[in-house]
Amino acid sequence: MSCVKVGITGYGVYIPRYRIKVEDIARVWGSDAGAIKASLKIAEKAVPALDEDAATIAVEAARNALRRAQVNPEKIGAIYVGSESHPYAVKPTATIVAAAIRAEPHLTAADYEFACKAGTAGVQTCMGLVGAGMIDYGLAIGADTAQGAPGDPLEYTAAAGGAAFVIGREKLVASIEATYSCTTDTPDFWRREGQAYPRHGGRFTGLPAYFKHVYSAARGLMDKLGLEPEDFTYAVFHQPNGKFPRVVAKKLGFASEQVEPGILVDRIGNTYSGSSLLGLAKLLDISEPGDRILVTSFGSGAGSDAFSVVVEPAIEEKRSLAPSVEQYIARKVYVDYASYVKLRKKIRV
Amino acid sequence: MGSIPRFWRNMQSRYNLIGRRCTRCGEVYFPPRNFCARCRRRGKLEEVQLSGRGEVVSYTVIRTPPEGFERQAPYVMALVRLEEGVMLTTQLVDVNPEEVEIGMRVESVFRKIQEDGEAGLIYYGFKFKPVEE
Amino acid sequence: MKRVAVIGVGLTKFGELWETSFSQLFVEAGAKAINDAGIDGDDIDALYVGNMSGGRFIDQEHISCLIADHAGLTPIPATRVEAACASGGLAIRQGVMAILSGMHDVVVVGGVEKMTDLVTEKTTQTLATASDSEWEAFMGMTFPGLYALIARRHMHEYGTTREQLAMVAVKNHENALHNPYAQFHTRISVEDVLRSPLVADPLRLLDCSPITDGAACVVLASEERAREFVDSPVYITGSGQASSTIALHDRRSITVADATVNAAKEAYARAKRSAGDIQVAEVHDAFTIGEILAIEGLGFFKIGEGGRATEEGETAIGGRIPVNTSGGLKAKGHPVGATGVAQVVEIALQLRGEAGKRQVDADVGLAHNVGGSGGTAVVHILEKG
Repeated sequence: MSCVKVGITGYGVYIPRYRIKVEDIARVWGSDAGAIKASLKIAEKAVPALDEDAATIAVEAARNALRRAQVNPEKIGAIYVGSESHPYAVKPTATIVAAAIRAEPHLTAADYEFACKAGTAGVQTCMGLVGAGMIDYGLAIGADTAQGAPGDPLEYTAAAGGAAFVIGREKLVASIEATYSCTTDTPDFWRREGQAYPRHGGRFTGLPAYFKHVYSAARGLMDKLGLEPEDFTYAVFHQPNGKFPRVVAKKLGFASEQVEPGILVDRIGNTYSGSSLLGLAKLLDISEPGDRILVTSFGSGAGSDAFSVVVEPAIEEKRSLAPSVEQYIARKVYVDYASYVKLRKKIRV
Repeated sequence: MGSIPRFWRNMQSRYNLIGRRCTRCGEVYFPPRNFCARCRRRGKLEEVQLSGRGEVVSYTVIRTPPEGFERQAPYVMALVRLEEGVMLTTQLVDVNPEEVEIGMRVESVFRKIQEDGEAGLIYYGFKFKPVEE
Repeated sequence: MKRVAVIGVGLTKFGELWETSFSQLFVEAGAKAINDAGIDGDDIDALYVGNMSGGRFIDQEHISCLIADHAGLTPIPATRVEAACASGGLAIRQGVMAILSGMHDVVVVGGVEKMTDLVTEKTTQTLATASDSEWEAFMGMTFPGLYALIARRHMHEYGTTREQLAMVAVKNHENALHNPYAQFHTRISVEDVLRSPLVADPLRLLDCSPITDGAACVVLASEERAREFVDSPVYITGSGQASSTIALHDRRSITVADATVNAAKEAYARAKRSAGDIQVAEVHDAFTIGEILAIEGLGFFKIGEGGRATEEGETAIGGRIPVNTSGGLKAKGHPVGATGVAQVVEIALQLRGEAGKRQVDADVGLAHNVGGSGGTAVVHILEKG
């Protein structure tokens, strides 16, 4: 697609410290924890502290990305933050990030919303700007502090976390060979303005939404590149639960060794705009130069962005410059449901 | 509770620990000052970004919080001396109050300091957490 | 320096005085002081008043004008002085300087604070303006929190114990039993202090001075004119004032109150006295650790020895140097702007032999008043005529 080699100059993540287990939520609502864990394939999820939000997560991830990118922040020409929990309805998260990484003022910035694929939308935009030579480096971030209504099944999975990617032409830890998207107006999951919690179409969120778009985008990308599943070392997908990504991976023809390393949802939950990007970051933490990774996001509403990422030699020296995904996952403190409700401000005072 | 112009003027200090150093006597100021307290009119101040690494000089646990901090209570507040020699007042996060010790090494993180109710501005800035060995 | 006579003293009861307004407080204290001095209103040349925050506590600035007006003293010059909790002490010093300069001969100096018209949260928010508003209060620091930081560091550096801090409060409550003007007349024990709710670790509720309404007033006169009014006044023989950094994090030392040390140095020099000469003292115990810092900074005890000295009873009535015979800020109450003046009133009463059951035998006394966490300190030395 692009003549110029464009890719990831640096990447960084942030996952909050608190965790709540499925059992501790199920107990309150009188649900069968064992059944939920078996069907959603999730054990616990990440919960933000009272003083954390999508902006603070975005900043920490961005600072980590810059540590790996080794780029002067003043050279960042664009910042896009994708989230469905931006702290403000009007006033961009991207400018808070710009100030916090000292990238002001010679840049463009905006916030994106497209459910869980707002972060990858930012990656595509940066690829375009960098590829066209309009900017030297772009910063794309997916960060969320997602909310599930008390008692709703989403409560087990809606989590907090984020990942940031510095997109550029030089000093790449991985190049992005191509991107391909599938987008339709599919109302599977939404939140109206002013509402605290989202609503969804139940089983409608499966085949007509997640599976159709993820499959089409991933398959479309492979067709465009003339590649097949065996040409990839890893495949990582948006992870609303532990079941969906494994099912779509199998349908596309990927083996479990290609898919399992990128699965994080069982231990941190669905980090929404951060989900597929955190999965990519995990794979960059462990992959070797030459590995090819298929990344496919999904955002309700609905759409999927697929990327073919090829790991470059610079990953070896840059990888250790910031904490890894596993280091953030290992750093955890459990909370009970009462503390969880206080932290997520579900109690109105 | 906060003032918009005042917060905006201090934003780089709050977000990025930007202080000032006097080129004449070397004294580092954080928060930044416009006048070197030692050299006064003879001093010349330049911008300096602090490392964000330091150690705890003293600490307390606030149990009767001021307005805007009620939900966070009890929380740990500390005096932290940075590597550059200056000391600042900050909240310690990601730590149990019982685990805090004088001399503990800490590093800065980006968090919400306070917000002006549900409809007002959100004030972000630095807090500190223990350095993980 | 030349001496300045204290020819009259007066104060209101300290406490939560719901029925009493700001003006009533000052007028009551002022009238008592003027009666005590045996002067006529027309004898007064000028008025100085200490008040921390009329603007926030009662939505009223221009306090000096309000007081001169309501006291019926217009058109004399009236001046309000502010240095947070040291406002009263500063007002005393301004009165002293006015007389020593020769500008005025008879000056009324008062301090007043009305703190209970606001809900507690707003009162504590107002008190926090004595700290660094942008870099201490804004970050979530409170006033007790600042003193708690000092306490913990003092315990770390010198081994001061939690019990020793509690003994300051116990002693001051004991003393206040004999002070009819005090806010509290309750005896407390060390266990009571250690069981009271935590406010900011390690400080508990009973380590902290209360929210109080009150006013205090003195009439000062030049030595030359004093004898026209009273036979044997007591005198202010030394005055010292010093500034330090507003924020605790900018201080040279957390545990040594430089402003106190410097203010004391000036006061001792002017009075040609030293710490060993002081026989009774009112010091600034906004929090129990404050008294420890004070008795060390003033030179009564070596740095680090204040806790031990308190434990061994050296600062009790009957001890080597009785401190806070009035009950201190802790038990007498702390109407912010009034405190510095009330301290001088207590020392004057002690030197005059009018301190009732809390009387000690003293010819030389000292009053010590601090602003904020130590950004301002003012010290006055008084002696029998």
